[in-house]
Amino acid sequence: MRTLIIAEHDGQHLNDQVARAVTAAQQWQQPVDILIAAAQPDTLAAQAAAIQGVSSVLVASDAALQHPTAEHLAEIIVPLATNYTVVLAAHSAFSKNVLPRVAALLDVNMISDVLQIVSTNTYVRGIYAGNVLATVQSSDSKQVLTVRGSKFAAAASGATAEVKPVAAPAAPAGSRWVAEAFNKSERPPLAAAKVVVSGGRALGSSEAFAEVLAPLADKLHAAIGASRAAVDAGYAPNDLQVGQTGVVVAPELYIAVGISGAIQHAYGMKDSKVVVAINQDPEAQIFKIADYGLVADLFEAVPQLTAAL
Amino acid sequence: PGLKCSVTLEHPDEGKRFMKALVAIKRVVDYNIQVRVKADGSDVDIEGVKMGVNPFDENAIEEAIRLKEKGIVTEIVAVTIGSAANQDILRHALAMGADRAMLVETQETLHSLSVAKVLKAVVEREQPKLILLGKQAIDDDAGQTGQMLAALLQLPQATYASQITIEGDQATVVREIDGGTQTLAVSLPAVITADLRLNEPRYVKLPNLMMARKKPLENVALDTLNVSLTHNIQQLNVATPPTRPAGIMVKDVNELLSKLRTHEGIIA
Ligand SMILES: Cc1cc2nc3c(=O)[nH]c(=O)nc-3n(C[C@H](O)[C@H](O)[C@H](O)COP(=O)(O)OP(=O)(O)OC[C@H]3O[C@@H](n4cnc5c(N)ncnc54)[C@H](O)[C@@H]3O)c2cc1C
Ligand SMILES: Nc1ncnc2c1ncn2[C@@H]1O[C@H](COP(=O)(O)O)[C@@H](O)[C@H]1O
Repeated sequence: MRTLIIAEHDGQHLNDQVARAVTAAQQWQQPVDILIAAAQPDTLAAQAAAIQGVSSVLVASDAALQHPTAEHLAEIIVPLATNYTVVLAAHSAFSKNVLPRVAALLDVNMISDVLQIVSTNTYVRGIYAGNVLATVQSSDSKQVLTVRGSKFAAAASGATAEVKPVAAPAAPAGSRWVAEAFNKSERPPLAAAKVVVSGGRALGSSEAFAEVLAPLADKLHAAIGASRAAVDAGYAPNDLQVGQTGVVVAPELYIAVGISGAIQHAYGMKDSKVVVAINQDPEAQIFKIADYGLVADLFEAVPQLTAAL
Repeated sequence: PGLKCSVTLEHPDEGKRFMKALVAIKRVVDYNIQVRVKADGSDVDIEGVKMGVNPFDENAIEEAIRLKEKGIVTEIVAVTIGSAANQDILRHALAMGADRAMLVETQETLHSLSVAKVLKAVVEREQPKLILLGKQAIDDDAGQTGQMLAALLQLPQATYASQITIEGDQATVVREIDGGTQTLAVSLPAVITADLRLNEPRYVKLPNLMMARKKPLENVALDTLNVSLTHNIQQLNVATPPTRPAGIMVKDVNELLSKLRTHEGIIA
């Protein structure tokens, strides 16, 4: 039997996480195929075909896939799933919208955000905001799951898998894409950045994000993140939220500025290699998970740090 | 004879446009509590721990109430699946402003697919136009039930909603996605899952709780819904994740920088 990976992309580029999903998929020791569902799939298919460890790239092409809905993707994936015992994707807002729909249509359970694949049907995943690790086993005939990308190395490229078309049923009525608004940024994407500089409620304004945090991020070529309190207060856009209900990051360096370190926030960053915390409260929770803690007023320490770099 | 019947059969409430909203809510450990693992690693120990409505589900209830206040939704039914203890969150939903509540009673722990199957049976009974859930339960962190329910009902889905606008038989939903937002238009009935930024749930005051006692709360035994459930997911064990090794406190920015420079390639 075979393993199918559902690829996320933006129409032009394959998401970096796809190569990580390919590594995770090798656990089943069976051929791994990647599905590209897109309006103009050719360059995407070529990118997928280059990933080592991929057997074939399946291409579903339809104009409506410019902005695919979960309903449409499910209708493409479910018939294909007959030939697969494993359907997986890297965990993201995209995959966690689509795969539960697919799993239910296949009448199987789904395992979300897998951290470790123990065997072909046994997984470790976080529950209670990552405060507990649960080992779960699924006896379903098909395994449907999402994996935490940062827990798996990216598969190398340089291969040339075969590319073959598959059927793309028309988009079902009932659900229609209207608009999308992406926060344009020259910075590296949060989930993939090597360095993340995150600000909390203590920043106090969006101006402070721009004037205090951004120069530090510029010097470090870092992505900017935020706590939920900062996002809720309107200091930073929602897609920068790091945590249980935001993005989970695992950069080489994470700098938490004016963030208390609530468990929901910690969930999103505690796998970072090196954690730096700057907080004026010596008792702040964040110091418990920081490698280097600095008790200081951020409005003094951050400009100093930026100047010294 | 030969005339077309001029009487159209209408829903009795059609005049004031009837729109029922069903809100599915889960009882979970309070989000402020850091749960512990039992000594034998079999499960988490939540004996005597403070419980409450899953935060996202509270957003879902609040949204239904706001839509009712705008005259769009006409009736709100809150439903939960679980033990008799779940009555407290139903009372909470009623106190917030739901009109009726339903407890589908079972002692079993159900995973998202089974919850979705039970909710499907409830939807078929209640025939709501709007089906609201939270985007994820903060205990299992699965984030699956809404999408699964939509699939089983073959209805449109709009997950991670931060804004819902209803006009006629269509809901326009702004969704929180990686990197920004997306707007979808879904025809009703549809399943919508709430994100935290959808709204700010209202506080429940004591008089509201007293009044809620008079509102109907129905107990339905799971067996009576004729849903066949499988138990293909097993939790083998739970463990506390390894803690990060203790860090050190630095006295100033210069010491911080010299420490960071000992880690290869992090900073120039
Ligand atoms: C269901 C649910 C999901 C959640 N999901 C998330 C999530 O995904 N991500 C997330 O981040 N949160 C999440 N939260 C919220 C979380 O519980 C905390 O409320 C939030 O993380 C707090 O943000 P904060 O640290 O910026 O603010 P605060 O807790 O207010 O901390 C501010 C910190 O700044 C320090 N400070 C103040 N002034 C200065 C100064 N001048 N210099 C230096 N330090 C200063 C203070 O000492 C304090 O430690 C969630 C909550 C719930 C209920
Ligand atoms: N036992 C339950 N009873 C009612 N609703 C539930 C139950 N479990 C989950 N839900 C709903 O499904 C959502 C997502 O749950 P989950 O898929 O477990 O993350 C929750 O926010 C609730 O709205």
